[in-house]
Amino acid sequence: MLHDTATTCSTRRGKGWAMKARHTVAGLLAGALLAGTGLVTPADAAGKTITAVMHSGLRVLDPIITTAHISRNHAYMIYDVLVAVDENFTPRPQMADWTISDDGLVYTFTLRDGLKFHDGAPVTSADAIASLTRWGKRDSGGQLIFDITESLEAKDDKTFVWTLKSPFPALLDTVGKQSALPPFIMPERVASGPADTAVTDYVGSGPFIFIESEYQPGVSVTYRKFEDYVPRDEPASWMAGGKVVHVDEVKWVTMPDAQTAINAIMSGEIDYLEQVQIDLLPILAASDDVTVETRDDLGYQAIGRMNFKHPPFDNKKIRQAAQMALSQADVLGTLIGNPDYYTVCGAIFGCGTPLADESGAETLVSGGDIEGAKKLLEEAGYDGTPVVLMQPTDVVSLTAQPVVAAQAFRNAGFNVDMQPMDWQTLVTRRASQAKPSEGGWNIFFTNWLVPEVNSPLISPMLNGRGDSAWFGWPSDEEIEALKAEFIAADTPEKQKEVAVRIQKHTLDNVLYIPLGQYASPQARSNKLTDMLPSPVPVFWNVKKAD
Amino acid sequence: MLGYILRRILAVIPVMVIVAVFVFLLLRLTPGDPAAIIAGDMATPAQLERIRTSLGLAEPLHVQFFTWVGLLLQGDLGTSLISNTAVTTMIGQRIWPTINIAVMTILLSVAIAVPMGVLAAWRHRTWADYAVMSFSVLGFSIPVFVIGYIFIQVFSINLRWLPVQGYTAPSDDFGRFLARAILPCLTLATIYVALIARMTRASMLEVLGEDYIRTARAKGVSERIVLFRHALRNAAVPIMTIIGTGFALLIGGVVVTESVFNIPGIGRLTVDAILARDYPVIQAMILLTSGLYVFINLLIDLSYTLFDPRIRY
Repeated sequence: MLHDTATTCSTRRGKGWAMKARHTVAGLLAGALLAGTGLVTPADAAGKTITAVMHSGLRVLDPIITTAHISRNHAYMIYDVLVAVDENFTPRPQMADWTISDDGLVYTFTLRDGLKFHDGAPVTSADAIASLTRWGKRDSGGQLIFDITESLEAKDDKTFVWTLKSPFPALLDTVGKQSALPPFIMPERVASGPADTAVTDYVGSGPFIFIESEYQPGVSVTYRKFEDYVPRDEPASWMAGGKVVHVDEVKWVTMPDAQTAINAIMSGEIDYLEQVQIDLLPILAASDDVTVETRDDLGYQAIGRMNFKHPPFDNKKIRQAAQMALSQADVLGTLIGNPDYYTVCGAIFGCGTPLADESGAETLVSGGDIEGAKKLLEEAGYDGTPVVLMQPTDVVSLTAQPVVAAQAFRNAGFNVDMQPMDWQTLVTRRASQAKPSEGGWNIFFTNWLVPEVNSPLISPMLNGRGDSAWFGWPSDEEIEALKAEFIAADTPEKQKEVAVRIQKHTLDNVLYIPLGQYASPQARSNKLTDMLPSPVPVFWNVKKAD
Repeated sequence: MLGYILRRILAVIPVMVIVAVFVFLLLRLTPGDPAAIIAGDMATPAQLERIRTSLGLAEPLHVQFFTWVGLLLQGDLGTSLISNTAVTTMIGQRIWPTINIAVMTILLSVAIAVPMGVLAAWRHRTWADYAVMSFSVLGFSIPVFVIGYIFIQVFSINLRWLPVQGYTAPSDDFGRFLARAILPCLTLATIYVALIARMTRASMLEVLGEDYIRTARAKGVSERIVLFRHALRNAAVPIMTIIGTGFALLIGGVVVTESVFNIPGIGRLTVDAILARDYPVIQAMILLTSGLYVFINLLIDLSYTLFDPRIRY
């Protein structure tokens, strides 16, 4: 309607319209410029509000129904956990302390004093039990524990007892893990709902309150400091220790354009950028107001996963040939480019973790062996069956791996059919067990956070239960037996010994191909100090200068 | 006229029905699974199936369709599969930035382009004409994100006059709204100025060669009145068409500009929904956009009567 009016005026009042138009444009520009003088340092980023651009928009608010990292990060803001792993990978008391019976079958947890939900209700044993039970239906590690659970019962409002049928020495590590999926404690009324339906009540007991009225899915989310939160006395370390909040609000905003986010942090409009594209780092280097750093030393592991159900990768020797053709340095060099941010690493549990071992990864870490791969292919009698390689084109961190791998496979003599698609199509197609020629697939690539693969109990690729295993569906009784041995190992030394055998078996059978580790640099305004190093970006401990 | 409007509005119904059926089927034929987005990378096939069931995606196609249509008839656009938020709420949150930016862009564009086009036609084959046409070619040719980045570099990074990104509702703080909207509007206006100026020039050139213009000039009517009262009014029909279509395109979503300036508009909402296969949101957005196009076209048709009395409905 407005353009209608403007044009009508133009025909009726000639000169008057032209004058008016000139005034309108000048007025708009002048108004904007005048208003802009006070806006170069916007109020959003002023005072005690931290404005952060996270790696993606928050859309799913239930951290138990999804393994999305952004949902987990959100959950650490508003929920708390019973046990948390510190920077030495040691489980520490967070909401609860515990005692373990001598036979390792009975864990008695006691909730600490002062725990309160955002609605003012105290956190009780019933809340913890309901939350653990719901988590046990979704998390693979949780399922293992509940498989051998005799009972999980409240002794009183602050004490509950978890009784097992057989020892599970890694119980505390599993309950205290910080990725996919941590057992966040919700009110019983929320956690007692179905495990496969997202919760709609977002009351937690964590250090921040979720402001539902300001939430825009995929756009922005606001957290306000929970004044009644009682932090632990110990210093914060990873997800453990005292979560002391020094700001009033934290606001996460989504910026789909990486260059815009860089411009925004340089102009002081935002305070923190969770991920900086490596090729944009030189722009930030020119700014005196911004610090670029890596606060998660473990970072990500790039991987390739084959389909065990269909030729040619149903043949172990052909899988080995494909693995032998690959060079981690080539993949990482193409994906990341800057060697400061990647590490050639043959450990399936990730370098820098207690279970790290690089046995069996010799060719991967030394540049690949094309001639060896050719020889293996010949021995296996490869008949030229096309390898359907799925190539996602819309996820920056996944675009390089398929291209580098396809060329390496071709060099080794594979007939590669690389099929570009968006990530959503890929995740649907990888669930298909059809033949590759009928809508199925042979290999795809993805990335994991190292804490998601640093134990045989949580790494999804180490499931050898055929059709119920992760996409690729290997039937591998030996890996299951090794995992049972790992569960039974009651000392770190015994666990490490089993882990080395799992490493060797995984790469010999090519359950998956580790393609090296890379870190994601972050950027923060120099106004922010004392940000904790952690695999999960956390907003406690951090201070903001005025 | 009223009868014509009623007939046009009634004609919208079959259009919307066809769009609804087409969009619903097309989306279900597109590969993709919202359950996979919700569950994340670690989900097993069995977990995905359970989530699919809880979302109602395991129901037969016709049951899903009639459930959706039933809700639609009650004015309920459904709930986002991904964020579990009412689609009407999501659209309500995202449509105002789009509308405000679109209105401001069109106002700016018309204010600049129409005089430019008139000038180019009036001073045909002079430096003024060549300058307008050169700008027009540039406006068409330079990708919108390049223009956006140049504006940001100059006005936000170098001069630090305006913020880089973001959106504030005018009702919250009008000054802040203007400051944040001016760069995206100028960026978008570059294209629309080029488009409208070119159309104005072409249309005016045609009219300026007509006998009645020559007669007006022979009678000694001032050049300004000849141009703006006689010529521009008669040249207005095609110009109105291009302005109306441009407005509809702006409302339909300008994803690149919304991304470069981080404006939470419906263009980004639609693209995000498509990437996540969030069926209720995509369906609602396509229905909304289709309805809007039909409505704007109706307005354009009605506006012709204002400029050309020979047009009757």
